[in-house]
Amino acid sequence: MAVIEAEGLVKVYRSRKSDVRALDGVDLDVQEGTVLGLLGPNGAGKTTAVRVLTTLLRADEGRATIAGLDVARDAQAVRRLIGLSGQYAAIDENLTGRENLWMFGRLYQLGTHDAKERATELLTRFDLEKAADRVAKTYSGGMRRRLDLAAALIGRPKLLFLDEPTTGLDPRSRLGMWDVIRTQVREGATLLLTTQYLEEADALADEIAVVDQGKIIARGTADELKTQVGGERIEVVVHDRDLLERAAQLIAPDGSASIDEHTRRLTVAAEGGAQQLVDVVLRLGEEQIRVDDVGLRRPTLDDVFLALTGHAAETAPESEETAAPTTAEGESA
Amino acid sequence: MNSLRIAVADGIVISWRNLKRVPRIPELAIFAILQSIMFVLLFAFVFGGAIPLPGGGSYREFLMPGIFVQTLAFASVTTAIAVADDMTKGLIDRFRSLPMARSAVLSGRTFADIVYNIGLLIVLMLTGLVIGWRVHSGVLDFIYGVLLLLFFTYAMAWIGVFLGLSVPTVEVAQQLGFLVIFPITFLSNAFVPIETLPAALQPIAEWNPISALTGAARELFGNPNPFASNSFPGEHPIFMSIVWTIALLAVFMPLAIRKYRAIDR
Repeated sequence: MAVIEAEGLVKVYRSRKSDVRALDGVDLDVQEGTVLGLLGPNGAGKTTAVRVLTTLLRADEGRATIAGLDVARDAQAVRRLIGLSGQYAAIDENLTGRENLWMFGRLYQLGTHDAKERATELLTRFDLEKAADRVAKTYSGGMRRRLDLAAALIGRPKLLFLDEPTTGLDPRSRLGMWDVIRTQVREGATLLLTTQYLEEADALADEIAVVDQGKIIARGTADELKTQVGGERIEVVVHDRDLLERAAQLIAPDGSASIDEHTRRLTVAAEGGAQQLVDVVLRLGEEQIRVDDVGLRRPTLDDVFLALTGHAAETAPESEETAAPTTAEGESA
Repeated sequence: MNSLRIAVADGIVISWRNLKRVPRIPELAIFAILQSIMFVLLFAFVFGGAIPLPGGGSYREFLMPGIFVQTLAFASVTTAIAVADDMTKGLIDRFRSLPMARSAVLSGRTFADIVYNIGLLIVLMLTGLVIGWRVHSGVLDFIYGVLLLLFFTYAMAWIGVFLGLSVPTVEVAQQLGFLVIFPITFLSNAFVPIETLPAALQPIAEWNPISALTGAARELFGNPNPFASNSFPGEHPIFMSIVWTIALLAVFMPLAIRKYRAIDR
């Protein structure tokens, strides 16, 4: 059963300079117990989509339901079913971790005793019990995010929205956050998460929807998307620019290697995986071509974008006023 | 009336969290009090000697009600800063994503402001007592005066909510304090008798809500009140205080609520 269903969502931010179609006809459905990752660069419309689905923002056109309830008409009923953890840890810095969770629990209409118990339970689960009675402004970035996620879970929501849950975290905190999210998923949570990192969507989501300029331009599992992009590739940076052509011949006799003169970088699809890399290295070695760098590279969000839209992932601040007025150059995909 | 019960319960939770801020950031309350005390000292001891009161009386007793009103007028700035802070930190969004009473964010906010300003008022009255301010009226008049001041504070808090939801950053909210509240309080009878102002400014000062409140407080506390002469607002400061406060509430409460509702546009 689809817990989230959206049809033709349109949201236009009007400003003096220009109108920005932050959502330009978005259809979505998320089945119960699954994880959908919305993948896209800043300004693609991911946050706007989350804000519409969590009743924070009214769409101009289209409709969306959560468990059959309309997000605009039955907003209050929808709010009882959802938990939201936004891009910035929205916690009260002047309250302790425990007080924050108690407050959000009470506002979720839990009884004061239930809210207290639930707060203690979540503080333990998210490894915050030592800091529970410290004011949240003393927390590290990772701790704030964990507290924010705990706040989203306080009312035992059926459905969880995580808007860029790891943006701005250091690598270690990011892995910690992934663990916490994975636990939720194992326990059967239905989850919609947004991210700028293919790696993150890959690690957490069952299915990925790629968002660009307010539209969903591709959807599938991580493997399906990577196949669309062409899977892994081998990259070689040749030391001597004069040998670039020769090296390209060696690593891809069929002439499929792409050559970047400026960075002296050769890129070729690597259907053969690691073995193909070994072959390439051996051939280069036989010809005594010096290389500065060589490696097997997984597709990044940039590659996915390039393959799907023909333009690179553009980065623009995703605020309501300035959401990515990118030009429509991506029709050639 | 289940929804009313939820509205009250949620409002109390929001008030609780707003008041928790006071002991957690003691600087806020301390600076607010120090600023007022600085004005007390400045006017009572530095300028006071040079300001003649028509009809005589103690300048310090004349001054204190002006200080009360000025301090309470700053409630709007304090509120605006706090609301702007909640907006930029995403807390308002979090509240809006919860199944809580929609009214609670604003009702809890403005109720907490009243409680906070009662605290400020008590400290200022004690300061006044130390420098020689006295209440010469009866208990009922005193209570009436305090209630008028708090009613005014409530209106100022709603102005603050509206401003806080309208400004882009916390810093802008802070600037408003200096650019708006200071001039308004100086263009009144809070520190000097209106008769001493240039003739062109006198009507403005007479109709200034700050003057009405200050005049009302002086009258009800039995302090020297040279304002009470020759103009309609001067003769009816209590009536004018009530009219002004209701007018401000009637304008800014709906504006603030509409602004809050329009966040989802």
